[in-house]
Amino acid sequence: MIVSRRIVLRFPRRLVDRPIVYWLIKDYNLEFNILKASVTPDEEGLMVLELRGEQADYDRGIRYLTEAGVRIQSLSQDVIRNEERCTHCGACITICPTYAFEVDPVTREVSFYGDKCIACGLCIQACPPRAMELHF
Amino acid sequence: MAKTIEEINKKLESGRAVVVTAEEIIGIVREKGLERAAQEVDVVTTGTFGPMCSSGAYLNIGHSKPRIKLGGGRVYLNDVPAYIGLAAVDIFIGANALPEDDPRNRVHPGEFNYGGGHVIEELVAGKDVRLVATAYGTDCHPRKKLETWLNIRDVNEAVLFNIRNAYQNYSVAVNLSDRVIYTYMGILKPGLGNANYCSAGQLSPLLNDPYYKTIGIGTRIFLGGGIGYVAWPGTQHNPDVLRNEAGVPKRPAGTLAVIGDLKQMKPRWLMGASMQGYGGTITVGIGVPIPILSEEILGYTAVTDADILAPVIDYSEAYPQRKGDVLGEVSYAELRSGRIVVRGKEVPTASLSSYPRAVEIAVTLKEWLLAGKFRLTQPVAPLPGVESGVTFKPLKERPLEE
Repeated sequence: MIVSRRIVLRFPRRLVDRPIVYWLIKDYNLEFNILKASVTPDEEGLMVLELRGEQADYDRGIRYLTEAGVRIQSLSQDVIRNEERCTHCGACITICPTYAFEVDPVTREVSFYGDKCIACGLCIQACPPRAMELHF
Repeated sequence: MAKTIEEINKKLESGRAVVVTAEEIIGIVREKGLERAAQEVDVVTTGTFGPMCSSGAYLNIGHSKPRIKLGGGRVYLNDVPAYIGLAAVDIFIGANALPEDDPRNRVHPGEFNYGGGHVIEELVAGKDVRLVATAYGTDCHPRKKLETWLNIRDVNEAVLFNIRNAYQNYSVAVNLSDRVIYTYMGILKPGLGNANYCSAGQLSPLLNDPYYKTIGIGTRIFLGGGIGYVAWPGTQHNPDVLRNEAGVPKRPAGTLAVIGDLKQMKPRWLMGASMQGYGGTITVGIGVPIPILSEEILGYTAVTDADILAPVIDYSEAYPQRKGDVLGEVSYAELRSGRIVVRGKEVPTASLSSYPRAVEIAVTLKEWLLAGKFRLTQPVAPLPGVESGVTFKPLKERPLEE
């Protein structure tokens, strides 16, 4: 079974200069799409990846990353809609490049699909009540 | 069948009144016809919840000991400057005011994460707000400096007073240029990349009473989750615009100035907002009840999104340069479908005003009416109508002489 997941990887300082992701392709036969990559001022590496492959390869790949010291989190835990502030206006709808927001044609309520989100952050500025939060 | 407001209030008191929302009335009229619906329905409730920049609040903070005369000095609430060209302790905070150290658009586009609208929201939420003031000192008001926490429950009066709200229809904003632009109508992508609109359409108060036959000065309304009143026609009130056969304006037209006790309001209905690259503002919830005094008035409330047309305007050139060009007209039904066609191109649409919240306001107002918490009022004077001669004039600039 093929699985595809969006995950956030945090590389501790000692791993920042190592080609960790390269080994994911080579040894674990996984496809990846880099959605975001950066090195923070305290030299921690952060990468948002879409990782795709056979479930068994995927699981082995994740185990390899964890054992190497990379912290892994699902992307959906990092981009959050503050439900108290969202007014369901829909200003985010046309701004999101991956169509992660959808309006219900009847109720006009806006749904946020975290699994489609690539954490680009465009919705954060486009949201007038500032309901979208990025927690990296 | 003509009813009076007094008769409807009596029915509301006796629990026999029929109250429906401006959304529900559409189906009722379709099913029963105008005549029967007008006999059965007594009140239609409307609602709108969108960013409304010309909003603000005034407070009388009470006199300090020794006294201070803030008028002519400076006052900040959470670093946001308030207007104090008034007496000793009356201050006004505008929704668009920004802290002096806010970078604004120095690095474009600015974020405008905190301004007067957010101060009002925090006051309404019952949060303590930091007041810092300086004054010049007088014999009767010797104090020159005041720094204190301020809470809405402790001030004498806290009044929301918005001089232009609830626009009757509004333009649809697009961008014909080749760069992203940041406007009060949101972020507009280049080359007709998106279209933003801002009206509750078929639920919007003034679109349900296009000729201002029931909404006037003194009309009691839902305002920010509390009870308010129409104080005056709003600024830029412009009744004499293009209208369809049914009288529905096809351009931005009437507006309302509204007033109400801020202490009764709720942060859910009065929310600070940030328009990237443009400024801070506030999202205001307004609901207006329309008494069904005649079949004609009921007919107006049955308006649907398909009947209401809005002009499409280019905000990269036509709007800023005040050119009259309209790229076309689209209905709110088309806008809500998610796509409109402009110059032969399919353009995805997004709303800045919240339709679900507009529904919630109309339903809340209906519940208030049915529960006997809210009575209808007879306006004390009408809003200027189509024949009034009131127009929306541009600035006539006259260069200062040497």
